Amino acid sequence: MGIDHDTLVGFAKSWGLFYLIAFSIAVLVYTFWPSNRKRFDRAKKSILEDDDRPKNGGSGEK
Amino acid sequence: MVAGLTRSERQLALVILTLLGLAGLAMAAAGRGDLMGAHGFVVLVFAGAVAWVLMAGFYAPEPGEERLARYYDDPTKAGIVLTMGWAVFGMFFGVWVSALLAWPELTFVDQAWASFGRMRPVHTTGVIFGFGGNALIATSLHVLQRTSRARLPDQLSPWFVLIGYNLFCVLAVTGYFMGVTQSKEYAEPEWYADIWLVVVWVVYFLIYIRTLQRRQEPHIYVANWYYMAFILVVAVLHIVNNLALPISLSAARSYPIYSGVQDAMVQWWYGHNAVAFFLTAGFLGMMYYYMPKRADRPIFSYRLSIISFWGITFFYMWAGSHHLHYTALPQWVQTLGMTFSIMLLVPSWSSAGNALATLNGAWHKVRDDATLRFMMVAAVFYGISTFEGSFMAIRSVNSLSHYTDWTVGHVHAGALGWVAMITFGSIYALVPWMWKRKTMYSPRLVEAHFWLALTGTIVYVFAMWNSGIIQGLMWRTYAESGTLAYSFIDSLVAMHPYYIARTVGGLFFLAGASVGAFNVAMTIRAARQETVQGSAADVPATAAVQPGE
Repeated sequence: MGIDHDTLVGFAKSWGLFYLIAFSIAVLVYTFWPSNRKRFDRAKKSILEDDDRPKNGGSGEK
Repeated sequence: MVAGLTRSERQLALVILTLLGLAGLAMAAAGRGDLMGAHGFVVLVFAGAVAWVLMAGFYAPEPGEERLARYYDDPTKAGIVLTMGWAVFGMFFGVWVSALLAWPELTFVDQAWASFGRMRPVHTTGVIFGFGGNALIATSLHVLQRTSRARLPDQLSPWFVLIGYNLFCVLAVTGYFMGVTQSKEYAEPEWYADIWLVVVWVVYFLIYIRTLQRRQEPHIYVANWYYMAFILVVAVLHIVNNLALPISLSAARSYPIYSGVQDAMVQWWYGHNAVAFFLTAGFLGMMYYYMPKRADRPIFSYRLSIISFWGITFFYMWAGSHHLHYTALPQWVQTLGMTFSIMLLVPSWSSAGNALATLNGAWHKVRDDATLRFMMVAAVFYGISTFEGSFMAIRSVNSLSHYTDWTVGHVHAGALGWVAMITFGSIYALVPWMWKRKTMYSPRLVEAHFWLALTGTIVYVFAMWNSGIIQGLMWRTYAESGTLAYSFIDSLVAMHPYYIARTVGGLFFLAGASVGAFNVAMTIRAARQETVQGSAADVPATAAVQPGE
């Protein structure tokens, strides 16, 4: 069975569009999910903290 | 630097170098009579030189356990030095090839290696991969550790990535001089160099994953997303675009597995996404870390940075076909590329605007601090050149701009104004932190570099805009009889003054980079002298070295 040009075009124009829109909605949901606000705020500010040593001596234990 | 490795890491390094040297020897023996043989000797000498450095420090005392309480920055330091070296090298060849276009008789070295066709990829590879790539590796290892608050997982693999990557660059550049090329723009190195780069790149990705696993922060900072996307996507692009069959295992020449318009499509899918993920995503990672750090203000909107990240990731992949308007590529694929190129304006301007909004309230720092000004100008150029790019991707605009110097001007607005400026800004921020100095050796030279770079960029870009639009218009002007009004040579004559201006602009930019390299070298020297005098032991910096003070 061969996959011809029209099949690929049809797929790209229909499903290709939908999965991209679905991804985009997922990203927006993740970005604006209320419980994520705190971790984003922390990440935003934490890079400005004094950062000259790894935490816990960098041993990898959380 | 060898002293930072443990005994077993030194042994493993020696094993790797031995294997590399043997591979070089095998290439030299099998490829005799072919240019691959010459590359075999290059690999052999490279492995020998690195082994020489390793052996010189092989019996130095081992580093103690207390090293684990510090970040591992030796590869970053070496990477910064390599970045500045490649910048001067690559930009020097850029000025030379641009001078050749203005004065073709400048080929005073009557040798094949000094011809335009060979030196031009030396310039592009030297600046994109040599300068840009080393800057990305050096800064990514720094940002990764700081934002994860975790040390790199081991000390050998970052060296493998840095040195191995530079071997790839050396193979690429020496290859072009000799005439080894697979003639795919920005993917010129032949199959054995490509395979080597895949090995290096996988190790690079693993360093990222392993360090993130050890992170002490709940959230992965957005700069790391950009760096990760850069590593992952470049790996995919590189592998797919370079699928080729060598004519024999003992010859440099290979042929791509794609043919005709498929090859062109894959090449520009690669080419444009190399712009996206090599020359944009990684440098956005730099911007999202070093700019807030230097301005001492958090990024304006963290959520906007997330949306921009995914926007770039989703949209860019589709944009490459705008390089192939009016070709045999199916019309709908061209239109798709065009549409996505215009949509790309949303994430691009989100990032540029986010960066500039971060500086709101810190403009007095921008005024006083050339380092921060480098980053600010970079964000502005990022905004300008992404707008220009989307505009030029429109089919009817492209019919005027394609094949002209407008395209050259556009890429240099991005390369000089965005990529190089954000890199220099990040390096000027990073060097004092890395070498425990309060400031650079000479802040006035940073200032001088800034103005040289900005002047050079503006002269260059305006010269190419003029030249390109004149070219495009002359090529499409018809006489009343329906014949072309101008011959090709007429357009060449019209371009001559702009080509001279371009060379002058490039010379300014090269002068700036050279001043920067000198400044970095002197900063390192001053730090070394202090260490020798024992006045500054290798203690972590205190808050005094923080930016903005």
